Amino acid sequence: MSDDQHGHAPRSFWRRYVFATDHKVIGLQYFFTSWVFLLIGFTMVLLMRWELAYPGTPIPFVGRLISPLLAPGGIMTGELYNSLGAMHGTLMIFLGIVPLGFAAFGNYILPLQIGADDMAFPRINMASYWLYFVGGVLMLSSFILPGGAAQSGWTSYAPLAEFNPGQTTWLVSMVLIITSSLLGAINFLTTGINMRAPGLSLFRLPVFVWAQLVTSVLLLLAFPPLEAAAVLQLMDRVLHTSFFIPAGLVVLGTKVAASGGGSPLLWEHLFWFLGHPEVYVLLLPAMGIVCEIIAANTRKPLHGYKIIVYSMLAIGVLSFVVWAHHMFVSGMSPMLGNFFLVTTMIISVPSVAILTSMIYSLQGGSIRFSVPMLFALAFMPLFGIGGLTGLPLGLTVTDIYLHDTYYIIGHFHYVVVTGSIIALMGGVYHWFPKWFGRKMNDFWGKVHFWGSVAAMNGVFFPMFIIGLHGESRRLYDPTAQIHNLPAHYWHIVSTVSAGLLMLFQLPFIINVIHGIFWGEKTQENPWKATTLEWACPSPPPHGNFEKPPRVYHDPYGYSVPGYREDWLPQNVEWEGA
Amino acid sequence: MSYAFNWGLPPAAASFAPEIDSGIALIHWAMLIIFVLWGAFFTYLLIRYRHRADVGVSLDDTTHSLKSLVPDVIVMIFEIGLIIFYAIPVWAHIKMKFPGGNEDPVELNVIAQQFAWNVQYPGPDGKFGRRKPELINFYNPIGLDLTDPAAQDDVVLANEIHLPAGAKALIHLSTLDVIHSFGVPEFRLKQDAVPGMEIPVWVKPTQAGTYELACAQLCGFAHSLMTGVVVVQSPDQYQAWLKSRAPAKPQQAAAPGANF
Repeated sequence: MSDDQHGHAPRSFWRRYVFATDHKVIGLQYFFTSWVFLLIGFTMVLLMRWELAYPGTPIPFVGRLISPLLAPGGIMTGELYNSLGAMHGTLMIFLGIVPLGFAAFGNYILPLQIGADDMAFPRINMASYWLYFVGGVLMLSSFILPGGAAQSGWTSYAPLAEFNPGQTTWLVSMVLIITSSLLGAINFLTTGINMRAPGLSLFRLPVFVWAQLVTSVLLLLAFPPLEAAAVLQLMDRVLHTSFFIPAGLVVLGTKVAASGGGSPLLWEHLFWFLGHPEVYVLLLPAMGIVCEIIAANTRKPLHGYKIIVYSMLAIGVLSFVVWAHHMFVSGMSPMLGNFFLVTTMIISVPSVAILTSMIYSLQGGSIRFSVPMLFALAFMPLFGIGGLTGLPLGLTVTDIYLHDTYYIIGHFHYVVVTGSIIALMGGVYHWFPKWFGRKMNDFWGKVHFWGSVAAMNGVFFPMFIIGLHGESRRLYDPTAQIHNLPAHYWHIVSTVSAGLLMLFQLPFIINVIHGIFWGEKTQENPWKATTLEWACPSPPPHGNFEKPPRVYHDPYGYSVPGYREDWLPQNVEWEGA
Repeated sequence: MSYAFNWGLPPAAASFAPEIDSGIALIHWAMLIIFVLWGAFFTYLLIRYRHRADVGVSLDDTTHSLKSLVPDVIVMIFEIGLIIFYAIPVWAHIKMKFPGGNEDPVELNVIAQQFAWNVQYPGPDGKFGRRKPELINFYNPIGLDLTDPAAQDDVVLANEIHLPAGAKALIHLSTLDVIHSFGVPEFRLKQDAVPGMEIPVWVKPTQAGTYELACAQLCGFAHSLMTGVVVVQSPDQYQAWLKSRAPAKPQQAAAPGANF
């Protein structure tokens, strides 16, 4: 299906590295772009964290560089704080973790793990990357466009978002980014289902491939409602429709010229119909990566492979019926709250099953504490904290108090940062030798690991304490509210930890750059792993496999009794198996 | 009052607050126990099954076991219990059963706007005066229609709510512009105000005192400044306050069409 003649890689620089159709080049494009967005999003939140810990004081070093309109005398304004908040969420989720976990890892690894020579639609793949790139650059450039960056949070609740400046750019960018994800989802599904190597039945697929396929379905079904909603909000703003504006509103003393009939709750429903599956879009690829790393580093098959796969499928279905647990106190019928309470409790079941399977996978193994394994191991307890703290938020009654406090901020950052990002970092160390034929440095990898894990807990754990004290999220100056003062010093702990977390990314960045050019050279299978991506050269040439592989075994043939080695690759025929 | 560990929650000052607090405490103890047990098992596995050159992998009981579902069953039972015996009844009590009839609640309108809380009491006649959005101006923030007889004795306040202790209050929550959220941490109460909707909220304050009312939903650049006070007084003090605020004589009705 691919349109390139394999063995005849495109020669021109532009076709090879810029407008590339090779899934590996596109994967790396996504990889580097998404890390840049993650770093920018992180930098934004450092400014916000300064404001939270020391409200009303000039931001050190960079405060004077910001336009006096946004930060007079280096002191952040409420508008800038809200812009940074909206952009931090948008960048981290839509331009950082989704493109990294889904598009970057998926593009590079999925075709290799199924023994394919490329994606099913290489040109759609290229279009997907460039739509993402343009959408991302437009999103960032909104800071210098008239109206500035969006100020209504990544959730863009109507009607605030309808009246706030900067929202139009946000909406246009989102339409581009969503379209990019939809193209990617179609491509991944088609590739994963149709281009598997001979012998690679569905239940011989590595967990990572399953995770990517379920993620694709989530993107394919959950993103269109948000895209439609974004277009409707765009029309409200530029064509003066009123899909989300009711009649009779008076904003700052002026009657709003809208015909009315719209519903702010409709936006919330449409947004969270995407928003909740989106959580699993962030999480499933990370879980897939953790499973791959665990299997290779315990030298035994995963415990409960089928339980993990069925649980992922169950999450895929259930994640579409839990969205309104974000809306318990939104003013929707309290009766609906009971329904979403029950579905929310049900969806914890497959998540617990996956986590339990991961832990039992350690039992009986021979655990190698390699750098990727450290990240995979850290995922389990830290994601566990994220999952457990979801319980009082998913329960209608306790959510009345905890809703929109720092408790929820702590909860979802434990899920997404110490869950997804930790796993994605582990994935970088794990597959780096495949991408560049060289290893990353172990010592600096461990410095990065221990520093990051400690700092992440220092950033996010205080948020639970602040939240239990009743402090709301999204406050530009929390000290303006007296009831926030008793817990305020925890904000300082959090801010200092955030600075340290940034510091501990330096060894990682240097390690990646150093590794690409000067890292220790490795063979094609440095971890002695069994899945197909380790059966082709590192880095794989255009077209990947020298001859199309054939699959004979389950994905995790570790420590197979009687076999001469402790790993039996999927593509090696052996009669004892 | 002696100090008791309460997970950092602020003092409770409403009738349903202890029910919410006990749920938060129960869930956090459960979370702590689960995490500690689980962490101990995890640590044991890491030490027991670390890589050693002379010890191989044991493949017993790894692939076809259902034991990874055991924790699930335990968690399920705990969650089903929480849903049936805690969440659904308490939720119905707080959000679905509103005072009325012979309970004779104190009624008031809270009308949120960027960045203030407007409060309307019906006055001695017990009837809210009509509000019209086109009448809103600097001097009439809620657009009270003074041609309406019921509006004559209404008490309109900004960022200040008075409630009697020990009595139920029924608040009709609405907003003029964007979504706001009515949050009083000591009451354990939070409810969004949504444009185009009037949402009922009830509370029965139990402790006299002054509490902070703060907007809990991002509403614009001055969101963090959108605060007010809730003054809970003894019923006598509350009645005295209400009398002191009632307009002495009928208010002047603005001429039709004149907004100033």
